[in-house]
Amino acid sequence: MNNFAYQQASKAKDATAIVRDDKQAAYIAGGTTLLDLMKANLEQHSQLVDINLLPFKGIEKTNDGLRIGAMERMSDVGEHPLVLQQFPAISESLLLAASPQLRNMASMGGNILQRTRCGYFRDPAFPCNKRVPGSGCPALQGDNHNLAILGTSEACIATSYPGDLSVALVAFDAVLTLENAKGKQRRVPITEFYLLPGTTPQKETVLEPGELIVAITVPAAAYTQRSTYLKVRERSSYAYALASAAVGLEVQNGTIRAARVALGGVGTQPWRSREAEQVLTGAPATEATFRAAAAAALRGAQPREHNRFKVELAQNTLVQALQKVVG
Amino acid sequence: MDIEPAFFETNPKAGSVGQPLDRVDGRAKVTGQAKYSAEYNNLPGLVHAVLKTSDVAKGRIQSIDISLAQKEPGVLAILTHQNLPKLAKTPNDPEGKKAIGAPMGFLPLTSDQVHYAGQPVAIVVADTLERAQHAAALVRVQIAAEKPLASYEDPKAELFDPQKVQDGKTDGHTVRGNPKAAFAAAPVQLTHTYTHAINHHNPMEPGATTAHWEAPDRLTVYESTQGVTRTQKALSNMLGLAAEQVRVVTKYLGGGFGCKGSTWPHTVLTVQAARAVGRPVKLSLTRPQMFTSMGHREDQTQTLKIGATKEGKLLALIHEKTSTTSPWDNYAEPNSRIINLLYNCPAFESTYQLARANVMTSTFMRAPGEAPGSFAIECSMDDLAYQVGLDPLQIRLLNYADKDYSTNKPWSSKSLKQCYARGAELFGWSKRNPKAGQTRDGNLLVGMGMATASYPVHNNQGTARVRLYADGHAVVQTGATDLGTGTYTVMTQVAADALWLTPDKVRFELGDTKLPTAPNSGGSVAAGTVSSSIYMAAQDVWQRLIKMAIQDKKSPLYRAKAADVMVENGRMMLKANKTKGEDYAALMKRNETTDIEGTGNGKYGAGYESGLAAGSADSGHQDDMAGHSMHSFGAHFCEVKVDPALGTVRVTRWVSVHAAGRILNAKTARSQIIGGSIFGIGCALMERTVRDENFARYTNASLADYHIPVSADIPDMQVEFIEEHDPYINAMGVKGIGEISMVGVAAAVANAVYHATGKRVRSLPITPDKILGATPV
Repeated sequence: MNNFAYQQASKAKDATAIVRDDKQAAYIAGGTTLLDLMKANLEQHSQLVDINLLPFKGIEKTNDGLRIGAMERMSDVGEHPLVLQQFPAISESLLLAASPQLRNMASMGGNILQRTRCGYFRDPAFPCNKRVPGSGCPALQGDNHNLAILGTSEACIATSYPGDLSVALVAFDAVLTLENAKGKQRRVPITEFYLLPGTTPQKETVLEPGELIVAITVPAAAYTQRSTYLKVRERSSYAYALASAAVGLEVQNGTIRAARVALGGVGTQPWRSREAEQVLTGAPATEATFRAAAAAALRGAQPREHNRFKVELAQNTLVQALQKVVG
Repeated sequence: MDIEPAFFETNPKAGSVGQPLDRVDGRAKVTGQAKYSAEYNNLPGLVHAVLKTSDVAKGRIQSIDISLAQKEPGVLAILTHQNLPKLAKTPNDPEGKKAIGAPMGFLPLTSDQVHYAGQPVAIVVADTLERAQHAAALVRVQIAAEKPLASYEDPKAELFDPQKVQDGKTDGHTVRGNPKAAFAAAPVQLTHTYTHAINHHNPMEPGATTAHWEAPDRLTVYESTQGVTRTQKALSNMLGLAAEQVRVVTKYLGGGFGCKGSTWPHTVLTVQAARAVGRPVKLSLTRPQMFTSMGHREDQTQTLKIGATKEGKLLALIHEKTSTTSPWDNYAEPNSRIINLLYNCPAFESTYQLARANVMTSTFMRAPGEAPGSFAIECSMDDLAYQVGLDPLQIRLLNYADKDYSTNKPWSSKSLKQCYARGAELFGWSKRNPKAGQTRDGNLLVGMGMATASYPVHNNQGTARVRLYADGHAVVQTGATDLGTGTYTVMTQVAADALWLTPDKVRFELGDTKLPTAPNSGGSVAAGTVSSSIYMAAQDVWQRLIKMAIQDKKSPLYRAKAADVMVENGRMMLKANKTKGEDYAALMKRNETTDIEGTGNGKYGAGYESGLAAGSADSGHQDDMAGHSMHSFGAHFCEVKVDPALGTVRVTRWVSVHAAGRILNAKTARSQIIGGSIFGIGCALMERTVRDENFARYTNASLADYHIPVSADIPDMQVEFIEEHDPYINAMGVKGIGEISMVGVAAAVANAVYHATGKRVRSLPITPDKILGATPV
């Protein structure tokens, strides 16, 4: 870890101005991901701006859904009655993640910005296009067991966001409110927030220098209430997903009226599958439909030597999740 | 100053041997008073060291630029191969290695060669840990990298047949009977190949050294080690000091599992750093460094051929193992040992093949050899059972070894049949559907599997000192270590019983080379050897007291023969007339003796019924180790639920029944079996270190990415012991349970997975990809 300065911001404008003007500065909220990255010398920041005092709080019902302040902690949101009852997939995605200690510390905004667990990214001794652009990607020929099969490029196959929350947020068209140093806010759908690796895997989101996530809004619908998040991993807790699915269905008389599907653990970004949703919408809520939707979701998957199993696993995960919400 | 924590806040009445006495050090541990090796922070002028390690796995150091690092505030020294003070001996030559007892025939910082990723290339000392870390990051190391070899699986790897493996302890090739012909003629032939991922020990407490040169010729090292004596030997040899000039202290250990059984490079590098800066230096390995500093269980493939009759009687076992070793050492776990003796089989052959790669030397890890060896034999026995239409338990009884066929010796004791029977009863084995893939619970497939466990009682001995005070207290001392398994507690119980005291009157001290020499706590020897030496030392105390009594004119026992005197409840009396005698306290007070001290030597193969164990009495008895094969035995029963669509395996029920001689404490023993079984479940289902094929560097060297079980992976664990009185093994009749707890565990899980799914996974760990069939198994 390098030496760095630390300061606590009491106003959003102070914080965003510092980070806009100093490219090496970073925000710190819960610190659960940032400190890991700094200790491993994966990120070297000149200063950390503590945003824990900023007023981006609240878990509230709005006219059309849910609004969560970015400074709320994962555990508080996951256990909130409103989220539990009307957005079960979001609650589950939070409570199945990490460990209780981490969930108590980690902020919602920080969760959205966590970085890949790809072993080549996490160890500066390896080349990695995401960490050092142009240095190469050993994962293509190496240990790609945990890595992505959708949205990959020759430069990077990392599951850039390895977590759970954003998978649910992507499924349900959450919108992020970002605030810049001028105090100006813009709203970005989370489906457009993450970037595919392409030839620039180092660029992971659309965040501009100094921009801060201040809120998350999620529109309510029948399918957000009838939703679930299913996570498959190698141990029962404190592990990243090999594959996961966030799904929500609106079903009337056995026919699916509306569907939302996203996959985790298999894409280079939280993977919204409109292909699967298309198959589901208007179709009978049967296993055959779910299988067809799963096949559609994984069409175009590009597995490698050690992650071939994810094609089948992701499909089965999606089918089980859909079966679970249909009941 | 450093204060010794108080023991005994709990139930001293449940004190006698075998009773579930709570840990005497429990309160000290949970309140943070127990001092681990990296917690001697009050040493005057203590400073901190950090290792700088190699990114690449092979190459030659061209330059090390320390100019930036040196300028940082607080930096005191940077040692590299260019300025490391010369050692009297290094393990770099076979003689030095032997003298040191080093696990690895190579010491980093003695040349410009880089042989493995993570190899230390510099040690940086600064006044604070953070400054040392920062400076280490500023050291610029230029290495001319060469293409490394990652494992025996590399097409370029050269396989060879070693004469000996495991530092000369095991033959590279063993033949008994005529296995090839017997296999060729066998009506039933099975040939299967098993693979085992690299495993790392990952004790909770990392390797840590605090080195303090108290004088130019006097060193004290607080070391996270399973053996203070072995560390003393290693360091004194490397430094050219006499053993007594090096004191090693290990009061508490946060787990070891074998990786702390030897002295690894970081220890002597810290000692040299302390010498260079003239101040006490502390080094604590980081978690990533734990993957490249203290050995591992090697990546390996085993092929096992079983020849049997149509009825399932074994005719031949042929075992081949291929594994990766380092550039210098021929290390391989001795898998063949358990395969040779577990069943009654007239013909056996084992062959080891090794390939050198750019890795550090692997080392013993809980049940070295027995753990992977039992995976092969116990899965193959399961296959054989299905093949000939027998229950897995029946096939094992059919081939039950009524003696040790590998040495042709009788067992000193063996209660395996009772373990099978009790385990089957507790588990409900009779309710198991004999066919695989038939039992369901909703979408889940349910399977039941079992496996045999066995572990040898290793040859060892140790000494202890017992001092009994006239006021009814005792101090008991031996240089053993407590890995966290309960040594403090069980030895207190043994001493209390032998001295007729309650445990709260006994202060038991360990973990210091100033104390009588004890063996490494490894190979499951500590409980048997240390308890026996304490028992013998207590007997020595009583013999001295009896001698005092029979020479004391005022004693009722004056002029009695020592052999005619017995001790009961702390009172010495005539065997023939128990009313004639006196209490030791009265005797000692009258003789103005405040305390009396005895020493004892606990030996392997000197059982409590033999003259050897009785100390000074009859010494004409033959050493039992010549006559018997000494092993503990047990059986594991496992239920799993498998989601065939997701590939996930959950262990839902577990029963372990073991027979391991005398059990010293029902509670700590149960905990140890549970811990070992969980260790084995981790190995079976998730533990796997991945070494990149091209870089020969690990890709998951962290506890987030190297999975060990969490509580949610583990069901209620049912553990029982079969009472066993073994008169041959040692004076206390204790066999030890540290390793047997994990032998057979992976096979029991794999057998249950087969029973659930009809799919045989022979590749550890059994991860979802292998259940789904997408990864070759």
